[in-house]
Amino acid sequence: MIQALFNILIFPGVAFLFAFSLIAEFVDRKICARLQNRMGPPWFQPLADFIKLLGKENIVPCNADVRIFKFMPVLALAASAASFLYIPLWRAKAPHSFDGDVIVVLYLLTIPTLTYFLGGWYSRSVYSMIGAIRSLTQLFAYEVPLFMSILASALLANSWNLSEIAQFYSRNHGLWLFNFIGFSVALISLLGKLEKTPFDIPEAETEIVAGSFTEYSGKLLAFFRLSLDVEMVVGASLLAAVFLPFGIGFTPAIGFIVYIAKVLAIVAMISLLRTLFARLRLDQMITLCWKYFAPLAFLQVIINLVLKGVFFK
Amino acid sequence: MIRPGRMFQQLIASIFKKTATLNYPAERSGMPEGFRGKLKFTPEKCIGCLMCMRDCPTGAIIIRKLADKKFECEINLAKCIYCAQCVDSCPKKALEITQEFELAKLDPKQLTVIFNAENTDQPSQ
Amino acid sequence: MHNTQDVQVPFGPQHPALKEPESFLITLRGEKITSSSVKIGYNHRGIEKACEERTYIQDLYLIERVCGICSHSHATAFVQAVEEIAGLEVPRRALYIRSLIGELERVHSHLLWLGVAGHEIGFDTLLMYTWRDREVVMDILALLTGNRVNYGMNTIGGARRDITSSQAKAVLKAVDTLEERTKYYIKIATQETTIIKRLSGVGVLSKKDAISLGAVGPTARASGVARDVRKDDPYAAYAELDFKVITADTCDVYGRTVVRVLELMESYKMIRQILKDMPEGPIAVRAPRKIPVGEAVSRYEAPRGEDFHYVRSNGTEKPDRVKVRAPTLANVQAVSKMLEDRYLADMPIVIAAIDPCFSCTDRSIVIKNSVSRGSKTIPWEVLHVQSIEWYKEHKGIDFSGLNKKYAKNFKI
Repeated sequence: MIQALFNILIFPGVAFLFAFSLIAEFVDRKICARLQNRMGPPWFQPLADFIKLLGKENIVPCNADVRIFKFMPVLALAASAASFLYIPLWRAKAPHSFDGDVIVVLYLLTIPTLTYFLGGWYSRSVYSMIGAIRSLTQLFAYEVPLFMSILASALLANSWNLSEIAQFYSRNHGLWLFNFIGFSVALISLLGKLEKTPFDIPEAETEIVAGSFTEYSGKLLAFFRLSLDVEMVVGASLLAAVFLPFGIGFTPAIGFIVYIAKVLAIVAMISLLRTLFARLRLDQMITLCWKYFAPLAFLQVIINLVLKGVFFK
Repeated sequence: MIRPGRMFQQLIASIFKKTATLNYPAERSGMPEGFRGKLKFTPEKCIGCLMCMRDCPTGAIIIRKLADKKFECEINLAKCIYCAQCVDSCPKKALEITQEFELAKLDPKQLTVIFNAENTDQPSQ
Repeated sequence: MHNTQDVQVPFGPQHPALKEPESFLITLRGEKITSSSVKIGYNHRGIEKACEERTYIQDLYLIERVCGICSHSHATAFVQAVEEIAGLEVPRRALYIRSLIGELERVHSHLLWLGVAGHEIGFDTLLMYTWRDREVVMDILALLTGNRVNYGMNTIGGARRDITSSQAKAVLKAVDTLEERTKYYIKIATQETTIIKRLSGVGVLSKKDAISLGAVGPTARASGVARDVRKDDPYAAYAELDFKVITADTCDVYGRTVVRVLELMESYKMIRQILKDMPEGPIAVRAPRKIPVGEAVSRYEAPRGEDFHYVRSNGTEKPDRVKVRAPTLANVQAVSKMLEDRYLADMPIVIAAIDPCFSCTDRSIVIKNSVSRGSKTIPWEVLHVQSIEWYKEHKGIDFSGLNKKYAKNFKI
């Protein structure tokens, strides 16, 4: 019981997750800055931003629906933190796992996007409403490729349990190479979920000020920003567990280091993609996702089905 | 050839190059010679023709007569636009420009600077 | 959406996309813009009136501060008008120096624009890289003129400073570096997919519309209108230089990008020519303090388009009337036309593509009658008398002696 509480609250639970997501944000910003030939922030910058925002005044617009406005950041944080419990990190088994938890994790990761929509819509400001609608429209574009590529990987492993998927791939070395297309599609769709360039349309600073977050300030904005970072770490861990499953069978110490290295490598790739492209327009993004990424993910599903039929009778 | 991610090579090469950021105020790159910074007044050369006051666009320079052939100059650093027109207008070359540009002060009274023969420059009281 | 209510989104006066305050009120249906209207005037500082209170020498520095990036354009246009009224013959070396600084300013402005355009489409990397290279130009200008912006190189009758041979060598070295970087930016602008996707087909202004709405500068040249004051009405040393007028015929923001980037290459060519052919001689002639009675109009090709100055003198040390028509005033009327039937996401880049400099633009005031919703133009003298009467009546202050009192600050 004490062990379970320790797992959930401290390690590898909430406290570890928050600390790691702040470090991941630092790595992201530092790599982005170095690619742009400038210095970048010091290591404590995300923590300093968080503490500064906690100290600022909470301004709620008079037209806004106060209860939903205040509840959304908390919900975003809670949902993304809860999904962390089901992802196998460096042990063979996640802190909690059951059959079908792939679906639960993916749905829990969709909740933050819904909170951005609801928070922006109920702020009742023009910019927030436009940002909220864009957020939801973007959801329809990247959702399908992301789900399909992860489920393709699950199909090959013949299970809907994340821990079993990770164990399957670490047992059969070399099979994860066949998931390469799925990995690329999932990485780019993760950019859409995290709302980073080229898909940072809902939060386009030069068009709609700050999108859904325009009216947020103080503690609520601090939680929203932390939930964005937590989502990044959780998404990267999910991709690492499903597509890059080495380091699961080793001793916990080495496994821990391998896990940190995997997640930071995925975060570095996200930073690289962020600096490489301009922001797309919403209609261009939807055409791109449905014309190229969804068929590629579907192709990955077919490849995996063929493999399953050939190798595993 | 049109393809996405055209800046990829330069981006990766930037990781190994020195950053373009200056670590100010630890590293300062000075300004080149001839930069128009704070003014300097030599009281001995001034003849009191007041051409500088006539040509100053903002009225930042004031020449006062202290005694016969002794003048003092008061420059308001906040009003001065560092155009150096007074330097060009002075027939006796009593004014010259230095390269000092970090002139911000916390006390606005320190922004009026007086040059006279006793002390080369000190803020007015 | 179910009931498509049109939403009115205010874009400005304060907005992260705008570097200077302007108000664009756009009506949206979903993501499509159905109509837009422009209101300017937030940056009005009364410069034209202030010019009348100061002598010509003081006005030189005031006119320079109309804008930060096209400061040399405004100063040179003003000085050209004054020299024409006074009948001064400016030495050739001064004309070459003015053209050199003008072309360096054009390089600075176009590099800045590339960065701003990158930022508006969300491509911050381009912003960081172009602004890093802009530092090279600003260092060169600090070496030549003594300041990084607002150069103060002009005086009535010529130039204030001379170019030494070591400075000329430094300029040539900097131009070599910049030319290599600009070639890289041309490659990026024409070959990076996301940039082409964001910039093509956006902000289309057909050739007929460009001429009828009075667009100038790269905005018009990208629609195929080959208008460049340096070729049509040469001033300074441009009659003796060899350069091309760059046009494009895609009529959209992509065309404007290509025009500006290719103009950068032409500027480097011109800078090398100027430094090679710089004639010897004095750099200024003596100018009188009292300019004789007369009026003159002078035009200059600023980086943003045609800059137009009118100066009228009445024989004293102070001008009678100075009027400045900045290029953005001519271009901003085309923005509403360009935004017809486009998406909200195109709004920042369309506004940025005319290279707006609203500090230059705000010169006039339109007073609307709140009851009849009409407007009338009030001439200067009537406005002057009306304002004195208003203050006498409502505040009890008599300003009719003000002109004499104010003038004392600048006299001895």
